[in-house]
Amino acid sequence: MDMSEEVLQQASPGLIPGSGTARAAKPTRLSPSFVSWLQAGPMMLVFLAFFLIPLVFVVIVSFWDYNEYQLLPAFSGRGYTDTFEGCIAQLPDLCTIGKTYLKTLKLCFLVWAMTLFIGFWVAYFLAFHVKSKTWQMGLSLLCTIPFWTSNVIRMIAWIPLLGRNGLVNSGLIKTGLINHPVEWLLFSEFSVVLALVHLFTFFMVVPIFNSMVRIDKSLIEAAYDAGATGFQTLVNVIIPLAKPGIVIGSIFVITIVMGDFITIGVMGGQQIAAAGKIIETRVNALQFPAAAANAVILLIITFLIITMMSRIVDIKKEL
Amino acid sequence: MKEGRPRSFYVLAIFFAAYTLFLYGPMIAIYVLSFQGPQGGLTFPMNGVSTFWIAKLFQGTGIVDLGAAFRRSLLLGVIVMIVTVVLSVAAGMAFRRKFKAQSILFYSAIASLIVPSIITSLGISLEFRIIDDLIKAHWNENFETSMGLLTSGLGAHLTWTLPFGLLIMFAIFNRFDPRLEEAARDLGATPWQAFRHVVLPIILPSVIGIGLFGFTLSWDELARSSQAIGAVNTLPLDLQGLTTTVTNPDIYALGTVISAVSFTVISLALGTIHVLNKRQAAKGSDAGKGLV
Repeated sequence: MDMSEEVLQQASPGLIPGSGTARAAKPTRLSPSFVSWLQAGPMMLVFLAFFLIPLVFVVIVSFWDYNEYQLLPAFSGRGYTDTFEGCIAQLPDLCTIGKTYLKTLKLCFLVWAMTLFIGFWVAYFLAFHVKSKTWQMGLSLLCTIPFWTSNVIRMIAWIPLLGRNGLVNSGLIKTGLINHPVEWLLFSEFSVVLALVHLFTFFMVVPIFNSMVRIDKSLIEAAYDAGATGFQTLVNVIIPLAKPGIVIGSIFVITIVMGDFITIGVMGGQQIAAAGKIIETRVNALQFPAAAANAVILLIITFLIITMMSRIVDIKKEL
Repeated sequence: MKEGRPRSFYVLAIFFAAYTLFLYGPMIAIYVLSFQGPQGGLTFPMNGVSTFWIAKLFQGTGIVDLGAAFRRSLLLGVIVMIVTVVLSVAAGMAFRRKFKAQSILFYSAIASLIVPSIITSLGISLEFRIIDDLIKAHWNENFETSMGLLTSGLGAHLTWTLPFGLLIMFAIFNRFDPRLEEAARDLGATPWQAFRHVVLPIILPSVIGIGLFGFTLSWDELARSSQAIGAVNTLPLDLQGLTTTVTNPDIYALGTVISAVSFTVISLALGTIHVLNKRQAAKGSDAGKGLV
């Protein structure tokens, strides 16, 4: 038995002549569409039971009534009216929900801008400057590994650096730049944005890198030969061709930050209000219809953002 | 076209190095700090070096019942991993042909990935609350709850891991040569045999990748578990609970232990993938050698 046959025997005893199982196959064949259903059905059922139906329940419950301790399954707009309480009376000032969403959008914009900047250049470096495949894989892996570790740990990790007696503060005091520890480093909007950028730049790097490696290198050479400067090549060739990745990455980052309540909670010292945080607070107070109403509002806003962005690019084509 | 490396290479290389430092620096700081001496605090400088805080976790005298939460998270992670691998591979195979409801499944997966976790989590918790109420009203007044680690908790984790699994399957089959399977069929293999002996061995490294995603995403999952896990906590939930109350390095020790599990799983998976790829490269192609 030569080498290849040995391997084949190991990998697939059924295919070696003489073992005969291939011939002994059952003559009845399932219809292809039935097989597809069998294959895709289980996943569809999981999404149905744990994603689609729950979403429907969120919408239904948002129109239910509630009292201090339970749900009352009767139609009521209270979840919404409670949420928008004071929005008209306080005009022209913003009501609580308006302020909260404004704050969330601001955080969202800051994190989006920073992750896009960092993600773009990291992806650019990996795609265009790292020539060897092995190095490219190794460095991509280096960027991916933190994604497989715990987000909470990566948040807590900032405490010894940014805390009152943290490395940054003691460093600044030693160099004489400040006399007293800076308080806004931790449990502030600054630390929230820092942690979100730290956690989610990965979601920008991957899709942008994916778009970039698909760019035909001869296009860049052609631009160079035609006399384009590096900057012109970047703006007129690379950025347009990397746009799908940029949009997909942006959708990821924006939806994550819009709904985030954990990073904002932990890094904001549970003091910063945000769209996701309201939902959590309402659930903890057992006001499920109000929580659901907030979830519906958040869903609509997220959906609007995604629709706007996917106008720019056909997501399905890019996968 | 160019001689040597352009200046932009060095600028971006420094940028990349800074990014890597930004990624890993803080994590390494807490791994180091979890080996504080018994008198150590939450920040540098180190106050002696010991395994005091890590040992304290395992003695059960510490802040949480680490053992129980650890076992729960591990159990859930392994189940999520297995289900994710099986369902993703199956659905990935289905997507190689056209079938009805294809785009419904695709968009469900994408939506499940990008709808904010808190909404999915709230939805699942409402769903199970309503189921509980129905059971109490119609069948059994003493019924407690159907919510739990392996019902609502498992479902919540799957809404997060399955989209990743499916997208990885797309990537796999995008570069899969269907002629290999046709060849198997021409040799008389049944669809199952063609899958088991031809397709599966080829895609196995990537399938292990799906398993890696399945386990690690579940092991560290927080946002979706938060409302949907029921009465018990997973390890990350315990850890999050501690962030507001704890003032000594227990929390770093717990973080180090959780990360150690993550890194063990990552290395095992990557090691296996590496070995499989090597084997495929060395023995895989017998093209032109006269098969069987």
